[in-house]
Amino acid sequence: MSLVEIRDLQMHFPLGGIGGTLARLRGQAEPVLRAVDSVSFDVEAGETLGLVGESGCGKSTVARCLVRLLKPTAGSVRYAGKQIATLDAQAMRPFRRDIQMVFQDPTASLNPRLSVRSMVEEALTLHTKFDAKERRARVEELMHEVGLGRDLLDSYPHELSGGQRQRVNIARAIATNPRFVVLDEPTSALDVSLRSRAILLLEKLREHLGLSYLFISHDLATVKYLASRVAVMYLGSIVELSDTRDLFAKPLHPYTRALLAAVPVPDPDARRDDFTLAGEIPSPIDVETGCRLRGRCPLAKPICAEKPPLKEIAPGRFVACHLVAELSS
Amino acid sequence: MTEMLEISDLTVHFQINQGAIEAVDHINLTIRRGEILGLVGESGSGKSVTSFAILRLIRPPGRVVSGSVHFDGIDLGSLPEEQMRRMRGAKIAMVSQTPRTALNPLLTVGRQISRLLMVHAGLSTREAEKRMLEMLRLVRIPAPEKRANQYPHQLSGGMCQRVMIAMALATSPQLLLADEPTTGLDVSIAAKILDLLRELSTKTGAAIMLVTHDLGVVAEICDRVAVMHAGQLVECAPVRDLFHNPAHPYTKALVRSIPRVDRDVVLEPISGSVPSLINPPSGCRYAGRCEWTMDRCRVSRPPMVEAAPGHVVACYGFEERRVTC
Ligand SMILES: Nc1ncnc2c1ncn2[C@@H]1O[C@H](COP(=O)(O)OP(=O)(O)OP(=O)(O)O)[C@@H](O)[C@H]1O
Ligand SMILES: Nc1ncnc2c1ncn2[C@@H]1O[C@H](COP(=O)(O)OP(=O)(O)OP(=O)(O)O)[C@@H](O)[C@H]1O
Ligand code: SF4
Ligand code: SF4
Ligand SMILES: [Mg+2]
Ligand SMILES: [Mg+2]
Repeated sequence: MSLVEIRDLQMHFPLGGIGGTLARLRGQAEPVLRAVDSVSFDVEAGETLGLVGESGCGKSTVARCLVRLLKPTAGSVRYAGKQIATLDAQAMRPFRRDIQMVFQDPTASLNPRLSVRSMVEEALTLHTKFDAKERRARVEELMHEVGLGRDLLDSYPHELSGGQRQRVNIARAIATNPRFVVLDEPTSALDVSLRSRAILLLEKLREHLGLSYLFISHDLATVKYLASRVAVMYLGSIVELSDTRDLFAKPLHPYTRALLAAVPVPDPDARRDDFTLAGEIPSPIDVETGCRLRGRCPLAKPICAEKPPLKEIAPGRFVACHLVAELSS
Repeated sequence: MTEMLEISDLTVHFQINQGAIEAVDHINLTIRRGEILGLVGESGSGKSVTSFAILRLIRPPGRVVSGSVHFDGIDLGSLPEEQMRRMRGAKIAMVSQTPRTALNPLLTVGRQISRLLMVHAGLSTREAEKRMLEMLRLVRIPAPEKRANQYPHQLSGGMCQRVMIAMALATSPQLLLADEPTTGLDVSIAAKILDLLRELSTKTGAAIMLVTHDLGVVAEICDRVAVMHAGQLVECAPVRDLFHNPAHPYTKALVRSIPRVDRDVVLEPISGSVPSLINPPSGCRYAGRCEWTMDRCRVSRPPMVEAAPGHVVACYGFEERRVTC
């Protein structure tokens, strides 16, 4: 049994606005934004699963369903075998200590009225039996681990730089020794040096405490370093899921190829693969039928009008593309 | 003159109980018309504070202790607040590092952009609407007509970011301060945004200060790079020079510590951490972390010297090595 198992996860948001009101008045189904459509994956204990994909493809929404800040429209989320997709806030409480999240926007997720110390300590008060002295010691240890000076303990969020705020978030998430942490762009606000340090810290925690991560990032170099497997999302669905090494060595899905080809390399003279997608990113509001990449894919064929299933084309390697499936069989 | 932005001797302190945080310390920097300058450095090194100071947005307990900022020949420090406000909307734009909190949560994103265009570019409601949609399209927001009617919380992190960028570019500013503009974005969209920035600078001659810690982005579009460490400028060079011949030990470490997709490298975080900015050491602020530290590094601050044409560096160790070899 995997630590986390997600099956056919769906999250649809009502669009609201005039369109929604009109539809309701006419007795039609309200138009929805299909942020996440039928996503399935597992995260094993002690594993880091990377989740990558274009902005707006639904990564944070998957994450928020996983830690149950959102109630999924449909589908199942199992944590250590227990179904949590439908639990209410009260029933979720025992899971909160085990399942933590580092949010994408470090500023919006910090309480502007609490000092750094109180914020990190709050997590310990809520979820541990530490006494005041133990909490103090733990807070200082955490600050050290994320590379924040002790002189910042009494600062408030607005007094911190972007990267300092992000590290407060990381400290808060790992404070209670959780088992599963969703990291939504945890390193994007960090400079290279701190990023390396954060990566080494996350790795150390994973090794020592057997932590598992869902690591969301557009920073593919970091994903390559941290994740053992990577799931690639496009417009609400997973298009490729693979061992990290294989994925970077040979991306198979046309979207993955384009994604990797676009990575800037820190060398002004570097050359790169110029596999690009045509056209504009479609919107999850008016979804095309068939393969969602069809309008942009340079390899598209008539068969692509049918939705390609996510197929295991080699052991542990899943791709949702008719052409790739054909070539490999 | 071709200097669009000229920062001289800028110093910013934040007064707190324990003393003054010397966030920006005697910085000199210029950006020419049509030039993209990258400002890089570790977290907390004073990059954002520098951009806020340019816009005169430092609030107490912060204080600009010394220095001046000239924009297109105008001394910004001498402008009345009213004129400065107009400057901020129309001629100088900023993309802030915190997109979601920088947007107004109570207004739809479309409304925020069109309002800006009406106030600062004097467009009619209809023109503003049209230009707003065009801007959303330019930053690659799909289905802009629908997105324009949504509130910030209904958009993804990266979309909020792009809305901010659309807003900053909408009035075709002459100076753009972009604080981590591509940080929340995936690589393909980031590349498009960088194209937009480059276009702004080549087409309209705007000067851009690109604050980032992503050296990949720097390599991609910057003409010159300035490196900050603990509130001080330590090196400034044309982009190729900086990557191929970094002179300051901190820059060398920065270049070494980049994770890359195109090779397998061992991660090498820079040793030590940024020194406390409250009563920082009087000499070189990198002395506590540097492998070349000498006695005099701890005594006085190394001056900026020319390492190569257009390439300056503040480091005693560099000077020493240059003389001996
Ligand atoms: N309002 C404030 N009050 C007190 N200290 C502040 C305030 N604003 C900034 N600082 C301090 O000034 C220093 C520089 O911050 P700044 O935001 O410029 O860093 P940065 O280089 O932009 O870092 P990052 O890459 O993390 O965004 C930090 O040590 C920060 O704590
Ligand atoms: N509360 C909400 N109400 C309505 N729509 C929402 C809401 N939250 C997210 N969405 C929509 O769901 C889609 C997916 O958003 P999500 O934040 O999951 O993207 P993401 O992959 O995390 O993108 P990014 O990389 O930009 O953070 C977007 O189209 C977004 O507008
Ligand atoms: S299924 Fe067709 S359109 Fe979709 S990615 Fe594969 S080739 Fe392209
Ligand atoms: S001045 Fe001295 S301490 Fe500072 S970077 Fe140069 S050699 Fe190192
Ligand atoms: Mg997100
Ligand atoms: Mg900053």
